[in-house]
Amino acid sequence: MRRTAPQTYSDYLPIAFPALMLGIFFVIPFAIMVAISFFARVQGGFYEPSFTLANYGRFLTPFFGEVLVFSLSLAALVSLLCLLLGVPFTYRLTRMRRRLQVMWLILLLGILSLSEVIIGFAWSTLFSRTAGLSNFFVWLGLMDEAVAWTPSFGAVLTGLVYQAFPYTILVLYPAFSRLDPSLMEAARTLGASPVLSFFNVVLPVMRKTLLATFIIVFIFALGAYLLPQILGRPQHWTLSVLVTDQAIYQSNMPFAAAMAVFLVIVSLALVVLSSKLNRKKGRAT
Amino acid sequence: MPGLVLTGVSKRFGYVTAVDGVSLEVPEGTFVCLLGPSGCGKTTLLRMIAGLEDLSDGDIHLNGNRLTNIPAHKRDLGMVFQSLALFPHLSVGENIAYPLKIRGVARADYEARVTELLDMVQLPGVAQRAVTQLSGGQRQRVAIARALAVSPQLFLLDEPLSALDAKLREAMQVELRQLQQRLGITTIVVTHDQREAMCMSDQIVVMSKGRIQQMAAPNEMYRRPANPFVADFLGQANILKARPGPDGAQVPGGKIAGLNWADQEERMISVRPEDIAVGAPGTGPIEAKVSFVRELGPNVELHLEAGSDRIIAMTAPHRHPDCKVGDAVSITIACEACVVFDTAEV
Repeated sequence: MRRTAPQTYSDYLPIAFPALMLGIFFVIPFAIMVAISFFARVQGGFYEPSFTLANYGRFLTPFFGEVLVFSLSLAALVSLLCLLLGVPFTYRLTRMRRRLQVMWLILLLGILSLSEVIIGFAWSTLFSRTAGLSNFFVWLGLMDEAVAWTPSFGAVLTGLVYQAFPYTILVLYPAFSRLDPSLMEAARTLGASPVLSFFNVVLPVMRKTLLATFIIVFIFALGAYLLPQILGRPQHWTLSVLVTDQAIYQSNMPFAAAMAVFLVIVSLALVVLSSKLNRKKGRAT
Repeated sequence: MPGLVLTGVSKRFGYVTAVDGVSLEVPEGTFVCLLGPSGCGKTTLLRMIAGLEDLSDGDIHLNGNRLTNIPAHKRDLGMVFQSLALFPHLSVGENIAYPLKIRGVARADYEARVTELLDMVQLPGVAQRAVTQLSGGQRQRVAIARALAVSPQLFLLDEPLSALDAKLREAMQVELRQLQQRLGITTIVVTHDQREAMCMSDQIVVMSKGRIQQMAAPNEMYRRPANPFVADFLGQANILKARPGPDGAQVPGGKIAGLNWADQEERMISVRPEDIAVGAPGTGPIEAKVSFVRELGPNVELHLEAGSDRIIAMTAPHRHPDCKVGDAVSITIACEACVVFDTAEV
């Protein structure tokens, strides 16, 4: 592979096409959105070009602060649960026979083919009083009467974890299958039980992968706007729901754009922060 | 005093039998090499001793204690892996201290032990370094130090030197042997390199197809291999078919004077290349033609055609300065140099 820096303009040719596509479909729309976020809203109409910080000023209300904190906490909780479920699962998965591994991966990829709407309504049925899982528990004798588990925070959380779980596995799987099994064996011959070696060898060695997975799932969950509406009450609505609400139902494009820009900035800040933390940690060891 | 005792140890993976009824006694303090071609079951056997594989059959005892059902992390033995398996997230010192920390050794004590171990493997002052900053040979030493940190009763090494270049490997063989003798620790090394096995061990165990072919001291095994497989695997050997005749054994190219056995059956015999004396035509009982000359520096290897046999002779270069392909020579094989096997098949 060539390692020298590009010398002439023609050296940039191979990346011209991807750059063009990114420009047209990402940079320009994003720039338009940033511009609109400074525009003024026309009551009863749409918006007109101007330069006002009023849209961003609305963030300073307690209501907005609450929604922001809720969205970030929800996303963090979803990432955490996905890692808690996904890491042991992937670790076991990579130790199975090849055929079983492929079968599990196909099953998980199958979930990705489901649309968010289907996932939302499926869970809302499963958690309902009339046809939900609680009826099954009543039949088993575990519960006295059927109850409605949706809309609730738990239902929102379950739906999001369910949706994010396949992504978690897909990010974790390659790293875990490259993990040298003799590391765990060495830990065992040195006196560490399988559980102990998982905690003080596997997890530290996989630190970077775990952090990357956390960020990916976090951003994925931060963008969720359908499941909180289907499975939650208004107080469980995330910032993304508000963006949709403002943009589509209130037709307040400037405010929606301001919130979207803010969301992107918060996500980016978190990514930069965590990668910095990780690098510092990496240097210390 | 018995150190490690294996009785009828077997390992089956589905229909494949990797280790087939191995019984073995390794006296305390001895250095044993498990030698064999790849797939002969030697690594599986070592992993069963370490507790990393379950036994399908048989029993393992160490110094009188039954190990068979004890999990790997409670066996208290040191193992060096082929990949070394040093923990990449820990420094050299932390790697060596790992087994000590797990056992709850106090900080001051394990730090002193790490220094002591690094001195022992002649690598002082690297405790703070990252594992990735070390060379291959240095990592090897760290892996050895880590495996010996808790002063185990048994030291296991799986192809420990295979990743090193030839020069370093020979130096490490000497060092490993000296370390083992100083500590007096029972040691088992898996290797496919017969030179490595010869120069390090008290006893060599040659394995093939999951079974032990022979266990003996290196020189004894080299001089008196139990079967054609061992003869061929441990160093070079000329395996010839011979039939007893009136004044010695008949081989296709001629005869070996004085060699005889009771029945008149055809047998396989083995002769080491350095035991074959090459002289001018007409001076020996076997006539041959030189088919290839291989200059090895200290030695010359002559490939000779004697009748239907192809015989390899190893001589000093000055003895046959003008020997070239196509020359006619005479071969003499002393009967004391021959090992007669009781089979007619390889």
